[in-house]
Amino acid sequence: MSKQIDIKDLDIFYGDFRAVDGVQMQIKPRSVTAFIGPSGCGKSTVLRTLNRMHEVIPGASVSGEVLMDGNNIYGAGVDPVNVRREVGMVFQRANPFPTMSIKENVLAGVRLNNRRLSKSEADDLTERALRGANLWNEVKDRLNLPGSGLSGGQQQRLCIARAIAVEPEVLLMDEPCSALDPISTLAIEDLINDLKDKYTVVIVTHNMQQAARVSDKTAFFNIAGTGKPGKLIEFNETSSIFSNPDKEETENYISGRFG
Amino acid sequence: MPTSTQTTESGPTGPSSEPEAGQQMPSSKPDGRAPKAVVRPGDRIFSAATLIAGILILVILAGVALFLLAQSKDTIEAQLTDPSQITGGKGFFSYVWPLVIGTLISAAIALVVATPFALGIALFTTHMAPRKLAPVLGYVIDLLAAIPSVVYGLWGIALAGNLTGFYLWLSQWFGWIPIFAPAADGSVSQTGRTLLTASLVLSIMILPIITSLTREIFLQTPRLQEEAALALGATRWEMIRMAVLPFGKSGIVSATMLGLGRALGETMAVAMILSPGVLTASLVVSGNQTIASEIAQNFPEAAGLRLSELITVGLVLFVITLLVNMGARAIVARTSVKGS
Repeated sequence: MSKQIDIKDLDIFYGDFRAVDGVQMQIKPRSVTAFIGPSGCGKSTVLRTLNRMHEVIPGASVSGEVLMDGNNIYGAGVDPVNVRREVGMVFQRANPFPTMSIKENVLAGVRLNNRRLSKSEADDLTERALRGANLWNEVKDRLNLPGSGLSGGQQQRLCIARAIAVEPEVLLMDEPCSALDPISTLAIEDLINDLKDKYTVVIVTHNMQQAARVSDKTAFFNIAGTGKPGKLIEFNETSSIFSNPDKEETENYISGRFG
Repeated sequence: MPTSTQTTESGPTGPSSEPEAGQQMPSSKPDGRAPKAVVRPGDRIFSAATLIAGILILVILAGVALFLLAQSKDTIEAQLTDPSQITGGKGFFSYVWPLVIGTLISAAIALVVATPFALGIALFTTHMAPRKLAPVLGYVIDLLAAIPSVVYGLWGIALAGNLTGFYLWLSQWFGWIPIFAPAADGSVSQTGRTLLTASLVLSIMILPIITSLTREIFLQTPRLQEEAALALGATRWEMIRMAVLPFGKSGIVSATMLGLGRALGETMAVAMILSPGVLTASLVVSGNQTIASEIAQNFPEAAGLRLSELITVGLVLFVITLLVNMGARAIVARTSVKGS
């Protein structure tokens, strides 16, 4: 159920602009990896190349390889649609489909895969996904109400339920707590801890305490200046990044002496 | 300096805001009420201007309605005293009934034909077309809207001649459906100037308005919604179905209703194309008439009671359009979604 990701010599371009340069990384299955770094350093961009979502932006392209258990997702004849069915994603702001009920939101991805679900299968899957996202107890009595009626934190967990309902191999999270209050953030962080039993989780965060709390390994990205490409500076165990980083740049950033 | 808005905002923030509130006390009145907001002359002028504009639209609408009602007085009197005076000799309602039906049918056909194409074009230009082609297509569509209706009328007459063969074929194969039935001797219109031709031309006339409105709506689909669908592994079409169409639903309804409004009221093209006649169910033989075209064709020679009749017919069209718009409003209010 969970796959290893090998990123090899990954360069990311927007048109002619080189946004990210030479990323080299190995992400182990059933682990949480955090991407940290200043704004514009390319951490979200790298995250979005892991399910080919960056291609939504016109002119974006990559060179290099991203291997999921050895298969290059940028190989010839690989359909990005299939990649995204294996690599789920949660966004900065909760984005449940406003016209769908809570239940329909959870099942949206499964219905896309053209699987016919009997009613009992659908009910089971809804419950399993919502339980997996720690949301079941809060919404079990209103599954047929619109998802947009939930609180921000609940909506974000609904989005996580929607992502894990399709049983992906990898779960990407792009600053999933940046629009949430501390209580909801805590709920999501607890959830991330549970999720790593089943999935490879990669999370982008601006909050270094969060990275320290949830992740096993941390990648620090930085940018030399405006117009320069972002680079992976250091990738290591989270404990050593935050206590004893190898690079001075990393230490400056995590201790707040940025620049 | 604290202004009145800050005073009101700091109210519910709780204990931590107390020192601030204390500082703001001097600026509020002794009785604790917030001080009056400062009124600037620019604001006054602007709000007065918008108020006038808002009232003007109501006055114009009321004026039109009153004019139509006042001018209809003779017809209403005739209808009440001696219905046989009215054109057709059987009273106003049997005179206006076929016109209403012709108007509604032609507008409905135009809408049914134009809407799928309009949605398709709008989706293509917003979500499918190569980035260089999309603006060109949008421009061409807007250009269609700029063609005067008299030109559409001329083109429709030319088109009519070429459609006779098609109508004959329709009547031979689908004549069992009443709307494609041939005349008693098995023939169809020799000129092709039938209600179906008029409806088809109408559909092309309302295509640009529906297309440009829906295009604007599809462009406003929240990017997050589109990405949510794509990240679940949706293909482009599935993304459109999950994110774009539900979000644009109320907009699509109002766009088609605006198109319907135009189709109901379109005069020149229909008056030029249609060779009017009595109401028939069949769309491929000569006959039928729409309200706008009836007025345009008869107005120049009308006087006295006939003039009043035509104005009353106009009143009927006014009411139909009003009802259509109210219906559209109701549908939009029911289907609109809160975007996130």
